[in-house]
Amino acid sequence: MGAQTLYDKLWNAHVVRQEADGTALIYIDRHLVHEVTSPQAFEGLKLAGRKLWRSASILAVADHNVPTKGRAQGIADPIARLQVETLDSNCAEYGVNEFKMNDVRQGIVHVIGPEQGATLPGMTVVCGDSHTSTHGAFAALAFGIGTSEVEHVMATQCLLMKKSKAMLVLVDGALGKGVTAKDIALAVIGKIGTAGGTGYAIEFAGSAIRGLSMEGRMTLCNMAIEAGARAGMIAADDTTTNYLKGRPFAPQGELWDKAVAYWNTLHSDDGARFDATVKLDAAQIRPQVTWGTSPEMVVAVDGRVPDPATMSDAVKREGAERALHYMGLKANTPITEINIDKVFIGSCTNARIEDMRAAAAVAQGKHVAANVKLAMVVPGSGLVKQQAEQEGLDKIFIAAGFEWRDPGCSMCLAMNDDRLAPGERCAATSNRNFEGRQGQGGRTHLVSPEMAAAAAIAGHFVDVSKI
Amino acid sequence: MQKFTVLDGLVMPLDRANVDTDAIIPKQFLKSIKRSGFGPNAFDEWRYLDHGEPGMDNSKRIPNPDFVLNQPRYQGAQVLLARENFGCGSSREHAPWALEDYGFRAIIAPSFADIFFNNCFKNGLLPIRLAAEQVDALFKEVEATPGYRLKIDLERQSITAPDGTVYQFEVEAFRKHCLLNGLDDIGLTLQHVGEIAAYEAKHRAAQPWLFA
Repeated sequence: MGAQTLYDKLWNAHVVRQEADGTALIYIDRHLVHEVTSPQAFEGLKLAGRKLWRSASILAVADHNVPTKGRAQGIADPIARLQVETLDSNCAEYGVNEFKMNDVRQGIVHVIGPEQGATLPGMTVVCGDSHTSTHGAFAALAFGIGTSEVEHVMATQCLLMKKSKAMLVLVDGALGKGVTAKDIALAVIGKIGTAGGTGYAIEFAGSAIRGLSMEGRMTLCNMAIEAGARAGMIAADDTTTNYLKGRPFAPQGELWDKAVAYWNTLHSDDGARFDATVKLDAAQIRPQVTWGTSPEMVVAVDGRVPDPATMSDAVKREGAERALHYMGLKANTPITEINIDKVFIGSCTNARIEDMRAAAAVAQGKHVAANVKLAMVVPGSGLVKQQAEQEGLDKIFIAAGFEWRDPGCSMCLAMNDDRLAPGERCAATSNRNFEGRQGQGGRTHLVSPEMAAAAAIAGHFVDVSKI
Repeated sequence: MQKFTVLDGLVMPLDRANVDTDAIIPKQFLKSIKRSGFGPNAFDEWRYLDHGEPGMDNSKRIPNPDFVLNQPRYQGAQVLLARENFGCGSSREHAPWALEDYGFRAIIAPSFADIFFNNCFKNGLLPIRLAAEQVDALFKEVEATPGYRLKIDLERQSITAPDGTVYQFEVEAFRKHCLLNGLDDIGLTLQHVGEIAAYEAKHRAAQPWLFA
């Protein structure tokens, strides 16, 4: 066999059978389940009288609908409560391992999978959630699926799919001060566009990627979907295995050694062929801020809101005009002159312990600006919260005027009570700045945790590389 | 799943790129544990001037007269004409459920986001990719011609315009077969139970830690 990409290796290791047109039946190792995209799948199983193929492959958690404060009182919204209770009863009925709302291990599904060691190199990982690409940081083939496919995996442990093309995103060099994995992700999306990765599985490689922690790698792979790629992935190395060692679901003893020996093969071979290659110089990446309603509408913090009049493509120009109108922004405004109303630090993109530390380091000894109505920090899991509290980060945030909440998806998509009011402008560490994403009429600017904390303190965007 | 064979349907143009699934069906409606009834809330934030929540009587809400879906000439549309990267963002299958429940059976665009594209086929909804110039031409025709319809024949992989122009489109053989016959994917896959079990045994032997 010739030189293979990491994607080739992961794909080939999971093909059960293949149709004449190339459609393959792919075996799924880990199925993560949450309350929003699973009830109809369980119902479908029930109606057809089907069983789970392998219940031990599933790990379930409620994250989208859970409140981030006053949790002891339960969920006030009766429709949201029913959805979470439906997950609880389905998991009980089908014997599925679920971390319930008040379990310290509960959290955002894409935070808890890796945290528990339930995501391992070489796995296929699926979830009814587009940000499943996150798990590719562990040299896994991980991607989001719809509810029909959730049901398909439950019943058959497999998925029908065609192999994607392979894209290599190569980021070499050293990142500058205040530049993070989030900024790499936004810079990549700014370069290739939100449809640039459509039809591809992206492998991130290069010295800047190898230098990232697992938390940073997860942030980057998380946003592969915002570049259009269903899956993002990074080769396994010592950083990967060091992160996983000793986690509850990770192998131990002899099995650990055997697993690591296999994981060490999970990288693209020299000379492996990619269908597309994109290169970025890490040293050129500046802290990023989105200005519009698509993650590709992004500039460096020292830049300005672009002028649609300068755009030659009519569809792009109209999209930019509509975005500026929605965002309440004028062309050519310096990014650092944009005032904000709220700050959200959290989400499956940026709610891990490193993100908490980075934001706290900026906030320490300072105070949220008077014009900022709410600055909230929502840790990604109960265990992240616990660790942050052991390190005293909660005290730093609270002293600085931030609210310190319970774990969940929260204001990333505003399914619970955490949302923007119409017209409110938010610096958010989440992944989508779509119209209405954080609340109808809300205006989202995507940034790193450092940038969000700095914006909270200043009341407007500031260049963290200069503080 | 309902079959898709031939559709002769009224066309509605949605002239903006990167229409995301949050726009197709906003998050507050995702709290439902059903897979039907999303049609009245398709494009909710663009379609109504007031804020929508689950359980509201949508007939009493204020429609946005400027949104294309509310224009009388497009009532009863079954074909949605869209721009690049349609269906990007969240994997929510509620998006195709909402479009199908509203009455759409086919979507034509230069490109679709991968997960949305895939989800459509599970729900009897046919997403069709045409070249950007062809989509451009169709936008001009639809906007200039009240009552503009297209005839979509999945077997022949063709779209016929009122003036006789025929556009051919690509569709993967397996997806086409399933859609033409309204086949349930799970039933098909379960025909291969033996192969799945054999693969699983081999996989377990090679990577036992995955099954610990």
